[in-house]
Amino acid sequence: MQDMNPADIPGEYREVLLNLYDGTRRTVLVTDVETPYPEGKLIVSRTDPEGRITHCNRSFVDMSGYDESEIIGQPHALLRHPDMPAAAFQDLWETAREGRKWHGYVKNLRKDGGYYWVYATVIPNVRNGKVVGYTSVRRKPSKKKIAEAISTYAGMS
Amino acid sequence: MPYTFTVSPDFGPDQLANWHIFNTWLQRQLTTDIHFETFDSFEDQRQAIHEGKVDIIYANPYDASFLVREKGFVAVASPHHPDETTVAVSATSPVDSIESLKAGCRIAQTDDPDISMMGMILLEPADLHKENTETLVQDSYIQVAKALLQNQADVGFFLADAYEGLSNLVKSQLKPLVNSDIQIVSHALLLGPQLLDRKEELNSKLQSMSDEPQGKNLLESLGFQAWNPIDEEEMEFMIDLIEALAA
Ligand SMILES: Cc1cc2nc3c(=O)[nH]c(=O)nc-3n(C[C@H](O)[C@H](O)[C@H](O)COP(=O)(O)O)c2cc1C
Repeated sequence: MQDMNPADIPGEYREVLLNLYDGTRRTVLVTDVETPYPEGKLIVSRTDPEGRITHCNRSFVDMSGYDESEIIGQPHALLRHPDMPAAAFQDLWETAREGRKWHGYVKNLRKDGGYYWVYATVIPNVRNGKVVGYTSVRRKPSKKKIAEAISTYAGMS
Repeated sequence: MPYTFTVSPDFGPDQLANWHIFNTWLQRQLTTDIHFETFDSFEDQRQAIHEGKVDIIYANPYDASFLVREKGFVAVASPHHPDETTVAVSATSPVDSIESLKAGCRIAQTDDPDISMMGMILLEPADLHKENTETLVQDSYIQVAKALLQNQADVGFFLADAYEGLSNLVKSQLKPLVNSDIQIVSHALLLGPQLLDRKEELNSKLQSMSDEPQGKNLLESLGFQAWNPIDEEEMEFMIDLIEALAA
């Protein structure tokens, strides 16, 4: 995955080095600008069994700030925000690999360094008893749930 | 014994009359006897499905999920007309956004499982859920509107098309708070296990329906442009989405 480009970030930003699960690293550029969740919409994406994105809807593209061509084929870690604890994603993957549904609050990173909060559900796509991929549907979280997630994640690593 | 065709119980009398004509069209296309059956509630319809009394159904996506995964139905086509939800309050209500709705609020809705599910998702940003709200089930979307106008309910869930179809007089007394923009879930025409071998045949008849004037008129009266074929994977994906949402 490519590092983020300072030219894409309007204004001041912080630089953070993320250690990803597969052992690779990515330098991300982060601002404090929140993009509000689009009213009434769902953000949907789908992956192959390895977690590479195969489909995403208009809202996914709009909220991430990337072009669709920059998203397809990438892992969701493209959206990984440094404020998210690795343990949350470990739980997500363990749950989904066991064929179960995962729910959680996720702070996502945009191409422009800003962020947006979602309430996400991840489910495995099971066909003839085999996991052929994963789907995630995100919806608008309440302010209270976001505040709770912020304090929970602050105590995790 | 004739086969049985039915549609989602959320349709009003005018639409049912058009679906009755569709049933006549179906019988002619499949050259077999098909009886058009209507149900007063989703509950009654589901019971009939469990008893194996339904062979062809124009189903909402929520029911399609159990018809395909548990009852062996297959999806043939959908009108490419997504199901969306409108959440509205009375025009005189002080509430002007989802987030200003409070715990304890009374929700008027029909027993349409799709719209109930989507409506509740649209209320989540206000921390509202089944346990801290009161559900008032109405027989029709007109009744949902009435419950709002008569102040028996604080907020109402509508199938967006049904909301649009309310009279201007009624709409002028309502205030929509949010419209869903999901785009991926829609009703679909499904065939039961006894009719699986007719799927390709029916599909090609549905595809050519818009090519002849009579079929085109009928489609328009149902509010569609054309039928689009759905393959198995598309249907499975829609079901996955519904299951992901039905938390
Ligand atoms: C279907 C699906 C959707 C996901 N959506 C997101 C997402 O929106 N944001 C995110 O940071 N991680 C998401 N993840 C988790 C990522 O795959 C990844 O685990 C996470 O970004 C942390 O990166 P890492 O595991 O490489 O350390 C998703 C995973 C799956 C299977």
